[in-house]
Amino acid sequence: MAESLTHGEGRRFPFLSPWLGRLFATVATVAATVLGLLFVTFMIGRVMPIDPVLAVIGERATQAQYDETFRALGLDKPLLVQFGIYVTDVVQGDFGKSIRTGQEVATDIARVFPATMELATLGTLIGVILGVPLGVIAAVRRGSWIDQLARFVGLIGYSMPIFWLGLVGLLVFYGILGWVAGPSRVSTFFQGIVEPITGMLLIDSAIRGEWAVFRDAFSHIVLPASLLGYYSMAYVSRMTRSFMLEQLGSEYVTTARVKGLSEWQVVWGHAFRNIRIQLVTVIALAYANLLEGSVLTEIIFAWPGIGSYITTSLLANDMNSVLGGTIVIGTIFVGINIFSDILYRFFDPRAK
Amino acid sequence: MRRHISFAAAAVAALLAAGALTPVQAETPPNMLVIANRIDDIKTFDPAESFEFAGADVSRNVYEKLVNFDPLNLDAGYEPQLAASWTISPDGKTVTFTMAEGHVFSTGNPVTAKDAEFSLRRAVLLNKTPSFILTQFGFTPENVEQTIVAPDDKTLVLTLDKPYAVSFVLNCLTATIGGIVDMETAMANEVDGDMGNAWLRTNTAGSGPYKVVDWKPSESVLMDLNPHYSGAKPAMERVIVQHIQESATQRLQLERGDIDVARNLSPEDVAGLAGKGDVKVVDELRGRLMYWAANQKKEMLADPKVVEALKWATDYAGMSNSFLKGQYTPHQAFLPLTFLGALQDKPYSFDMAKAKAALAESGFPNCGPIKISVRDAQERLDISQSLQNTWGQLGCEVELIVGTGAQTLDRYRAREHDIYMGAWGPDYPDPNTNAATFAQNPDNADEAGNTGYLAWRNAWDIPEMSKKTLAAVVENDTDKRAQAYRDIQAEHQKRSPFGVMFQKIEQNAMRSNVQNFVAGGATTAVSYWVITK
Repeated sequence: MAESLTHGEGRRFPFLSPWLGRLFATVATVAATVLGLLFVTFMIGRVMPIDPVLAVIGERATQAQYDETFRALGLDKPLLVQFGIYVTDVVQGDFGKSIRTGQEVATDIARVFPATMELATLGTLIGVILGVPLGVIAAVRRGSWIDQLARFVGLIGYSMPIFWLGLVGLLVFYGILGWVAGPSRVSTFFQGIVEPITGMLLIDSAIRGEWAVFRDAFSHIVLPASLLGYYSMAYVSRMTRSFMLEQLGSEYVTTARVKGLSEWQVVWGHAFRNIRIQLVTVIALAYANLLEGSVLTEIIFAWPGIGSYITTSLLANDMNSVLGGTIVIGTIFVGINIFSDILYRFFDPRAK
Repeated sequence: MRRHISFAAAAVAALLAAGALTPVQAETPPNMLVIANRIDDIKTFDPAESFEFAGADVSRNVYEKLVNFDPLNLDAGYEPQLAASWTISPDGKTVTFTMAEGHVFSTGNPVTAKDAEFSLRRAVLLNKTPSFILTQFGFTPENVEQTIVAPDDKTLVLTLDKPYAVSFVLNCLTATIGGIVDMETAMANEVDGDMGNAWLRTNTAGSGPYKVVDWKPSESVLMDLNPHYSGAKPAMERVIVQHIQESATQRLQLERGDIDVARNLSPEDVAGLAGKGDVKVVDELRGRLMYWAANQKKEMLADPKVVEALKWATDYAGMSNSFLKGQYTPHQAFLPLTFLGALQDKPYSFDMAKAKAALAESGFPNCGPIKISVRDAQERLDISQSLQNTWGQLGCEVELIVGTGAQTLDRYRAREHDIYMGAWGPDYPDPNTNAATFAQNPDNADEAGNTGYLAWRNAWDIPEMSKKTLAAVVENDTDKRAQAYRDIQAEHQKRSPFGVMFQKIEQNAMRSNVQNFVAGGATTAVSYWVITK
């Protein structure tokens, strides 16, 4: 006969309270994930068949300058020692300098990440606001014209190259109709007017009461955000439709209808309530993908975000920037996962 | 259901309406110049360190030099700027500059010979990549206190290790590294003995027409007038250069009037602007050359007749009239046109009969396998594919080895390539910049590691030609000097393992009201202060 468990046994950290244990486990998971990510990225950067010294000094430098830079970058030390030094610096908040921009990587990221976050947040909002109702309606009216429309929208969203749609969007809404402003975050006349607080121009201009800048910035962001929102919507609506169809075929829905509940109560009060948990995961993933930076969108719209920052840095062999960006993205991914876990517990009483 | 649709429609309408409410700018203000350009190569504004194209554009408008080029008359060569005049000692080793009056830094400090002494000394002492432009005159960190001296505020004395051609010395001083910085401001911002290097990376302290007031890497550079500028007040009081990567985006902005100048339009977008009355395209010959080079360590490619066959089997006209149309012009000498001593002769044309005849005379009449090492840039890939086709007609088995810029460069510097498909731009506006790399190889041994010399990278051992190149750089008679370079180029065309093919044409598109836009020709960078609208 098995012995009964005493208090604390069976948990990973029996010496801690359940709450502290969970916190400790979460922190350890985050640290291990980020460290692993860092290790893999660092090693890929070091074993790539390209010379980081040349990225710094250019091809015209003398051998003496080459040797000096080689030592200054610490490349004469064993790989593991280099990695150890890098991790020690990162822990102290020092990501090193970008060889491409000549600035601290932390400064660069603080500049480019808010731009991506602003774009991704608005894009996700558009995607969710349009995608969730569209998915629900498509499921409820399965086979109807609106269901066909939702599927068509989804198909276009999955199959159309984003750079092509972006250029066409610019041509039509900016070039021909003139409804929106062109590329970049703000018009040249408004540059430098708003002192950054969060780095997100819409929020900063609103806080400062610079409404002309706000309107201009909104006019610049609306097209790229709508584009990202469209792709987000395509994904969210398809998943919502699929989740809803599963729920609407359940016995409890039939029972609710038999009991005489209105269609609104059946759809939103019962079926939709039960897909919220899955939707949270879907939306979190969509948001994380946009936060990663949509490189092509950023390039077409001259949006100085983290996606184009990391890509350009990678092509220039600027590994400090690539590593710094990777840590930020990795941490954001982990953070969003943790946040969706928390929401999971909130929506699902069984998980509490 | 209606409620669902209304909700979604309202959301879309709100977003579009909010965007549409914002007035869209029709044209830029008359005193402001807005340029779309790829500026993600800017790492620093410090003239002692800056060595990138977009950085040179900023530097030319921010820093004055002892001597400089007039943007509206580039062919005239260097002329006085911060130096009013100069004299050469009888032995040719000492250049004494007398400073001009009235030049003032944007900080309000007057420009003196002490600032010039400080700027040139720090460029040598900091030993950044472009420092070779000055150290080639014998300046070293150990001797700068004796060789670069300002005995008073009006006089600067440079003592060279050899009696170089004065045109060589002065041409080098027009390069970005010759920019004179405000000593007081730089030293006030010194950190750990860096002579203000960290501060000057992101700030400027020059006496040119403009000063940088804001720089966001890979995003924009904003320049305002230097209120103390000694020259005529420029019409453009503010210059904004925006980083716009995409050609199609630049074109849209130009057509809408949101920018004044688009600097990176593709040939397709340039063609698309034809017939538009409110925009124009200005062509300008730049210094960049496109060439291939054959590694002389490879037995087949070391045969001069094989290399000659490859030169005849290159379709210069075919390429420049198709995918390079408007972007490159055929050119077959290592000095770009407009440089002192540039050779205009183009002895080679696409002639398969001559190519086959040359190959038949070689030790490899059936040719053999050739690997072309090329970076993943469209124009280079297109050229390589053309070579693959036409050299294939000779019977050569041509394979393209495509890699990133860094990968192909690593292979080139390690002398591991067969054929390197490359581009080369001058470092400073003097013929020695290209002659010293294409036609000089001080020591061909592997262990010499002379990676800065293209001749070494291709294992081309040329003691006699190296002597001629070194002689040309100390020839003080400008006509004789120019002829010396023409002779070297003619010989180089005949027997070198380099197949120089094209010279760059830069096509800048701009609003039709923009006047005097000069990108800098083959010798210098863009000049905003002469532009009017």
